[in-house]
Amino acid sequence: MNLSKIISSLNLELLTEKYQDRDIKSAYVSDLLSDVMANAKPGEVWITLQVHLNIVAVATLKNIPAIIITNNKKPDEETIKKASSEGIAIFKTNLTTFEAAGRLYKLLTE
Amino acid sequence: MKLSETLEGSFSLIGGDFSKGGAASCELKSILEKLHLPEDIIQRATISAFEAEMNVIIHAIAGTMLYSVTPERIKIVVTDMGPGIPDIELAMQEGYSTAPEWVKEMGWGAGMGLPNMKKNADVFNIDSVVGEGTTVELIIYIPKEWRSHESQ
Repeated sequence: MNLSKIISSLNLELLTEKYQDRDIKSAYVSDLLSDVMANAKPGEVWITLQVHLNIVAVATLKNIPAIIITNNKKPDEETIKKASSEGIAIFKTNLTTFEAAGRLYKLLTE
Repeated sequence: MKLSETLEGSFSLIGGDFSKGGAASCELKSILEKLHLPEDIIQRATISAFEAEMNVIIHAIAGTMLYSVTPERIKIVVTDMGPGIPDIELAMQEGYSTAPEWVKEMGWGAGMGLPNMKKNADVFNIDSVVGEGTTVELIIYIPKEWRSHESQ
């Protein structure tokens, strides 16, 4: 499913300058960064509560194109700036991680 | 970029500087991408490099990451001036961590770093002296198929 469809279905708010609309097949949910490094797959969307700068490096290394930050948490400017320069999209949502993951799972498996 | 001879370089790492966390490994990744190495090889090299880099930032005062790439393998050596590891066998256990609470809140310090390095590298060596520091050596072999494909 295209990222743009996911954005509109989950009503995600884009925090970086832009995003690249691409096919998304799956997602990974974790707030442990080593777990994401070990188990997320390239091309997946990452759902997390973490908002600090290191999430951008993790996404860059894992070729994760988009990060969804839940519970209305907002990353600091530095994180957003770094993500923009690395070509990684960051979105926020007021959904909880459970709700965001559940809705996305339904979208991607229907 | 073509890989005909050894390509090497180094990065310095500063303990406690989380704002630079992953910077060396991300740069290493872009170097490896320019060599057009297979994606899974780049992933394994950079994941293990990133874990080693974060260990220096979390635990040590300072360190270096040396890399050298030949057509046969990627070698990464991360050396730090740090507290050292008294019991390496214990430190290798998944879930064991000595990271402070605030580092755990950032999502690091889950006790997965050393096991992740071991899982992703073909060769994993660790040497540590308490009160002096730790050295981690990681080797990832480049498949023969890729080498013969590249030389055509």
